[in-house]
Amino acid sequence: MAVGAEAIFGDSVITSTLESALSWARESSMWPYVFGTACCAIEFMSVASSKYDISRFGAEVVRFSPRQADLLIVAGTISYKQAPILKKIYDQMCEPKWVISAGACACSGGFYDNYTTLQGIDAIIPVDVYVAGCPPRPEAFLDALLAIQKIQADEPLLLDRAKRVFKGRLDA
Amino acid sequence: MPKAFFERFEKEVSIDAYGAYKLDASLILQALHVLYQNDGYTFLVDMTAIDYLHQPSALRRFAIVYLLRDRLFSSVITLKIDVDETLAVDSIASLFKSANWAEREIWDQYGIHFKNHPNLKRILNHKEFIGHPLRKDYPITQGQLCHKSDDLMDEMTPRLKRKGIESHDALMFLNLGPAHPASHGTIRTFVALEAEMIRCAISEIGYLHRGFEKSCENHTYNQIIPYTDRLNYCSAILNNIAFAHAVEGILGIELPDRAQFIRVIIGELSRMIDHLVCLAAILVDMGALTNYWYLYNPRENVYDLLSKLTGARLTNSYMRIGGMSHDLYEGFEHDLHVCLKAIDTGVGDTLTLIEHNRIFHDRTQNVGIISQEEAINRSLSGPNLRACGVAYDLRVNAPYYHYESFDFDMALGSVGDVYDRIMVRFEEIRQSKRIIEQAMKRLPKGAVCVADRSISLPPKHEVYGNIEGLMNQFKLVFEGVKVPPCEAYRAIEGANGELGFFIVSDGSPKPYKVKVRPPCFYAMAAYPSIIEGGMIADAVLSLGSLNIIAGELDR
Repeated sequence: MAVGAEAIFGDSVITSTLESALSWARESSMWPYVFGTACCAIEFMSVASSKYDISRFGAEVVRFSPRQADLLIVAGTISYKQAPILKKIYDQMCEPKWVISAGACACSGGFYDNYTTLQGIDAIIPVDVYVAGCPPRPEAFLDALLAIQKIQADEPLLLDRAKRVFKGRLDA
Repeated sequence: MPKAFFERFEKEVSIDAYGAYKLDASLILQALHVLYQNDGYTFLVDMTAIDYLHQPSALRRFAIVYLLRDRLFSSVITLKIDVDETLAVDSIASLFKSANWAEREIWDQYGIHFKNHPNLKRILNHKEFIGHPLRKDYPITQGQLCHKSDDLMDEMTPRLKRKGIESHDALMFLNLGPAHPASHGTIRTFVALEAEMIRCAISEIGYLHRGFEKSCENHTYNQIIPYTDRLNYCSAILNNIAFAHAVEGILGIELPDRAQFIRVIIGELSRMIDHLVCLAAILVDMGALTNYWYLYNPRENVYDLLSKLTGARLTNSYMRIGGMSHDLYEGFEHDLHVCLKAIDTGVGDTLTLIEHNRIFHDRTQNVGIISQEEAINRSLSGPNLRACGVAYDLRVNAPYYHYESFDFDMALGSVGDVYDRIMVRFEEIRQSKRIIEQAMKRLPKGAVCVADRSISLPPKHEVYGNIEGLMNQFKLVFEGVKVPPCEAYRAIEGANGELGFFIVSDGSPKPYKVKVRPPCFYAMAAYPSIIEGGMIADAVLSLGSLNIIAGELDR
């Protein structure tokens, strides 16, 4: 006996576009790379742990190689010293890729308005979703993930994201 | 009292207004030799510089401060030298290995040169940085973009040469970090490998340098509390306590008993959750993922308690100068009991899995050994030092907050390897629980802040009820707590070791200078020598067992 979708639809055929089918498939299998540097990274540990459990949203396969990831989560303060490394990691990720800037420091430098801290990572790499908080609660991380999924669902797959115009302070 | 030191330098030493022993810069190396060999001052707590540019009464612009402890660890002496216009003093790295990085930091931040230093280069700021940011004339917001990371070959080649390795043909150079999961975010170690063996290692830090000390000079004492949260963010409240404790020392105030007991209870709880993260992470590094859930999930219980108590999960900012923001809530004791039980279960489950586990023993025993002498000379402290068998715990050696009246044991190791460092932390979790239980039983009633209205805020009914209360609140919030001129160091036992603050105040509501004594900094400086000659897989465990927290390391 058929169950699930087969039981509902029987022999009928659903038509859709390739784009929306693939977007739908991709949105629940994001592979994040966590660029965790500071306090926010400790909160991300909670996001991945049992209580908040990011696997409910299909993003638990945390990669430690940027080449295998399609979602960069920048969680923590990025200093000027760290900036070239962040840029290199971003450049090593394959398209299509998305970026979450998590926490006050990554978004704007936070309360480290001083000689060491980059005043927002969007001076270096493009950002899709900003998360407020110092550090953000785990729910806010999950909310950002849902926002990325929404961006994906709305965005045509064949759009070449690499052609987006972005020129950061470290781009020659 | 350092007897031999006084006999030898009777004429040259003077004691300044704040109790520091002042002597001429040319004598510093000799003086430290005498203190080290004859008086037993073998532990360099910390060293830093002070820029007196905005204090016209000072004769010289820069001074350097050395903080030392003797073999009993119970008290700190301060040595101070003025730096003349050559801006160069003798390096003491030949006597104290820990001074190597400390002097590099002073060079980097203040531009003071150390003669005969083995490797005087920047440590916190990047290679392209121009100027010395902690000088008073460096503008706080003047950032400088870094385009390229240091390749570190300028350190690697001479170090290999010293080991007798001229040719690089048989070596593979590898960066462990800064963006590596086992490097805890921001720590970079550059290694020269021969097969899987590390022949030579160099650590580079500063990737999370956030200008804590410069920011402090720009904020009032109570505004600094949130910054201290983010030093060691795994045990934020202990940092709050350490800073408030140092400022209260200068103010010369004693907290009400209830406040002291609450600091003990919440502080020990923070120590427990700090150790939990350290242990959970190192077991994951070893491939034992299950233990991670056993140890990390109880942390969530504690987060719930701290959220109720302080409003924040991680960065709590619970303490204030002169006490804390508010009293415990109703039902705290029950929630605390739930947390302690959850931690007990997690620790018990984990130990069942690893305590008699052959793989765990083989991976950790006799790996990453530090000897007692080496550990003291490198200024290690806390669980890392106790794992070597050195009985040094500020809660015992120099008790504060009635710690002398609690019944608890100091956990000591015997070998100083990864195994000992892990097991000492497990035992400390148990001991902290004992302390908390005793403190809850004895928790007295009363105020949680000092009654002095120039330090702590008036109760809310007074603020809303009468003009004096309102003015009091307004002035304290806008102006801040005024701290009399002083130069003082005071420390507590943090989760990672001796966590102290050296504060220079000038009577205004903002500190003139703040220097943290971060336990991680000295542990990290020792790290390359620990892993050289070992396998690369063991280097990961050694790093995890030292519990390096980047926020505190780089500040």
